[in-house]
Order: sequence, then C-alpha cells, then structure tokens
Amino acid sequence: MRSVMQQPFRTAVLVLVWGWLLFLVLTPNLLVIGASVMTRDPGTFISLPLNLDAYRQLFNPLYLDVFLNSLYMATMTTLICLLIGYPFAWALSKVPRHRQMLLIFLLIVPFWTNSLVRTYALKLILATNGLLNNALMSVGLIDQPMQMLYTEGAVIIGLVYLLLPFMILPLYAVFDDLREDLLRASHDLGAGRLATFVHIIVPMTLPGVLAGIMLVLLPAMGLFFVPDILGGSRNLLVGNVIKNQFLDARNWPFGAAASIMLTLAMAFLMFAHRLSKRRIGEDGV
Amino acid sequence: MTRWLPRTYLTLVYLLLYVPILVLVVFSFNDSRSGYAWGGLSLRWYEALFNNRAMVQAMWNSLWLALSAATVSTVIGALTALALHRYRFRGKQVLNGMLFVVMMSPEIVLAISLLGLFLLVGLQLGYVSLLLAHVTFCLPFVVITVMARLSGFDERLPEAARDLGASDFTMTRTVLIPVIMPALLAGWLLGFTLSLDDVVVSTFVGGPSYEILPLRIYSMVRVGLKPEVNALGTLLLVFSLVMLMLSQWILLRSKR
Repeated sequence: MRSVMQQPFRTAVLVLVWGWLLFLVLTPNLLVIGASVMTRDPGTFISLPLNLDAYRQLFNPLYLDVFLNSLYMATMTTLICLLIGYPFAWALSKVPRHRQMLLIFLLIVPFWTNSLVRTYALKLILATNGLLNNALMSVGLIDQPMQMLYTEGAVIIGLVYLLLPFMILPLYAVFDDLREDLLRASHDLGAGRLATFVHIIVPMTLPGVLAGIMLVLLPAMGLFFVPDILGGSRNLLVGNVIKNQFLDARNWPFGAAASIMLTLAMAFLMFAHRLSKRRIGEDGV
Repeated sequence: MTRWLPRTYLTLVYLLLYVPILVLVVFSFNDSRSGYAWGGLSLRWYEALFNNRAMVQAMWNSLWLALSAATVSTVIGALTALALHRYRFRGKQVLNGMLFVVMMSPEIVLAISLLGLFLLVGLQLGYVSLLLAHVTFCLPFVVITVMARLSGFDERLPEAARDLGASDFTMTRTVLIPVIMPALLAGWLLGFTLSLDDVVVSTFVGGPSYEILPLRIYSMVRVGLKPEVNALGTLLLVFSLVMLMLSQWILLRSKR
C-alpha cells in the first residue's frame, strides 16, 4: 500500500544510516582485526606478510606482567565497587519512592562532570602534603606524611571513584525488581535471614551483579589517564600499553591484538550476563 | 530492622562521592600559590584562566565540537530510530548489532579503530576527525533515547495521518517529530555532555590543529598541580549541572 512518493525519504534515511555505520563502525573494526595479524612497519604502520607475532608478543613476560597487574587492579576495583555498591543499591531500593529519584540524580551528577577533573581532585586529597595527610597528622594518627599518591592504591581509589555509579545503577535496577512475594514465601517456609539471602536474594540479583562487573571491569583496564595522573610510571593499565604501542611506539599489530583481547573479554562477560538472566527467567517463574 | 544503619551508609557513600568535588570547588577560590594550603579567598585562578589565551581557545573549540557533534548525532540518531521503528528492511538486526557494539566496546578499542580508519583514508587529524568520532560514540545513546519514546506511542496516529493522505515525509514532520521532541532534546544534551567529557577517544583522533579542553587539561595535570584546573573544573561542574537539570526537567515535563 506504500505509494512511490514516500520511497525517496525512506531510501535517503537508510542510505545515511547504513553509510555511517558501515564506514565508521564496521570498517574500523575489521581494520583492527586485520592489523592484528599483519607485520609492523615503520613507514606504513602495517604491512604483509600475515602472522600471529602480535598475539605471541602478548605473552612476552614483560607485557604479561603488565597485563596481570592491570587485571589485578581492575579486579580489586570491581570487588571494592561491588562491596560498596551492593549494600548501597539495597539500601537505596528501600528509600521512599519520591526521595529515590533525588538520590539517583545525585548519583549521576558526578557522571556528568568531567572525569579528568574529578581524577585531578583526588590528587589534591592524596598528595604527600595534600589534604588527607594533613588531616591525619593534625589529629595525630600519623607523625609524617604517608606516600599515597603514585601508588597502586591511588590508582585503585581513582578507578573506584570514577566507576562506582556504573556498578550501583544496574544493581539498583535488580533490587528495585526484587520480588517481595518470594522473600515472604522464603520467610514463611522457615528460612532464616542468611538462607533467604543465599538462596533467594543472591540468585535474583546475579544479573545485576554481572552487568555491574561488565560496566566496571573492562573500563577499569582501559582508563589510561587514571594511572597517568595518580599512579606514576609503574602502575600501568592495559589501556596505557595500547596507547603507548599505538601512539608512541607505532606498533599497530600489537596494539590491535591487545585491544582484540579486551573485546573478547567483554564478549565473554556479556555471554555470562545473558546466561544468568536466562537462568533467573526459568527458575523464577 | 534498624532504619538508621542503611541511612548512615547511604550518607557516607554520598559523602565520599562528593568530597573530592567539594575540595575542587573550595580550592578554586584559594589565594595560596602552593595549591594544598588555604590562603584566603580570591578569584585569581579564574582570572588566570581567562587570561590564558590557549585555554580560552581550547574552551571555544570544545564547545563548538560538542555543539556540532550533539546536533549531528541527534539528527542521524533520530533518523536511525525512526527507521528501526517504522521500516522493515533487510539487515535490521545487523544495524542494531553495530549500534550495540559501539555502545559496549571499550572506549579505547573504538579509539584505535577510528584512528586506523582516519590514517588509512588520509584524513588530517583535527576538527573533522574529532567530529566523526564523537558523533559515532554519541549515536547509540540518541537512538536508545528516541526508541524508548517511540515504543510507548500510539501507532494509530501515523496510520491516521497516512489515511488522510500525508506522505511519509509529511507524516514524520507533522506527527512523529513533535512526539519525539523531548527525547531529541534529552539525547542532544546527553551527546553534548559525552562529547565535552571525552578524553580517551579524543586523545587518539585529535590533532594539534584543533586543541580541545580535555586534552589541554590532560597535558596540564600530568606534570603537577595547576590551580587553574580547579577553577576550570568548577566552571565545568556548574555547566554540566545546569545541562543535567535542564534535561531532567524536559523529560519530567514531557511525561505529564
């Protein structure tokens, strides 16, 4: 029943949308995959022959160390975010409705503020002659300033600070949907608080936990400016390695291979998330 | 259960989230040169900020980039959402999939893939490359915002417009656009903020010919403490707070 007259508009829209996505999403991604199996070339960045050297290089002890250390810092960040965020989201879901809106608004305000500037603000607090050291010394807890800046701990604090809302929001969503009838049923059947927590609340909130992990763990490996500002030269993230290899060393195959590993890790987490949701769907109904 | 425990906990976490921001704002009015000790009230860092010509230039560049990126991504994003909502076409899943990939892939992966593309086609890194990259990462957010608005919308309205003889273009202009207007504004504001805040992608696809604010701040704070950054951060904070309240206000008003 479509008239011919409406076709030009439809065609124009589809061409524009497809064109943009094919040129700026599909092609670049294929390019990265291609670059990862090519050879490094000082002139043209990449050249033939095809090989897997870049992937082999990932397992070079030097880089493996950085990757493991980055994974360790990202895992710690995620755990701390989960430890702070889980009870936080729970408590938030119990607050009266009208006040919840305001509290969530307050949670996303920092997210709308420049993340570089916020990281820099932490530097003011953590520096050797910064606010925290001064405060601790004035109350007499320590005699001389502690080295807090340029440590692994400082990087983790920075990452937690930037990423905490990303853990809280998906957790809040699952706590908000938590079915009160199941909790009551569990109580009526004689389950204690711990049993209810382990058998009902944990499985019901698992998709939120996994979504939160997804939104925190991977970015925690990529935010290269956090170690640059707070961590000094020793506490590098995968993001720093990718950036150095691409922008400074001009080793594209290696940078591409490292970023493909990051993407695969993301895909794996997304798969786990989907799986957990499906399980809840079957068990819950 | 006791009620004060959850409340205390919530307050504590909010305190932790806001202390650094508060410190930044307070120290932007600090007269002391050292940057750590309090030396009385002053506006000297705001003055220094506006006397720094490179900084002011970077500010304008950033604003212009964010304005144009938000506008372009809102137009393309709205058209994409309309196409996904109204048309049946081949490869719809692929289109959806690509938008999902953009949203979920780590920022740094997007950054290097775009840098690779720009160097391959020989595009000079500067305003154009930044614009293309920013529009690309803003796009999925606009599409989602507009789709959400379209999904709760009475399907009989466009049908009625059609029956009354409106062409697809006329129907879109007179029926659909007014309906999705709040989503367009919200999407535009989100895009604007995302663009203004971006560091990771801009580090890769930016060039010396077009310096933008986050990169300028980045190079400043890496080396040491720069009190001007406190003043700049405070201005950015106020600015994004206004934008955020504006977008919430628009969304809330449209729900009534």
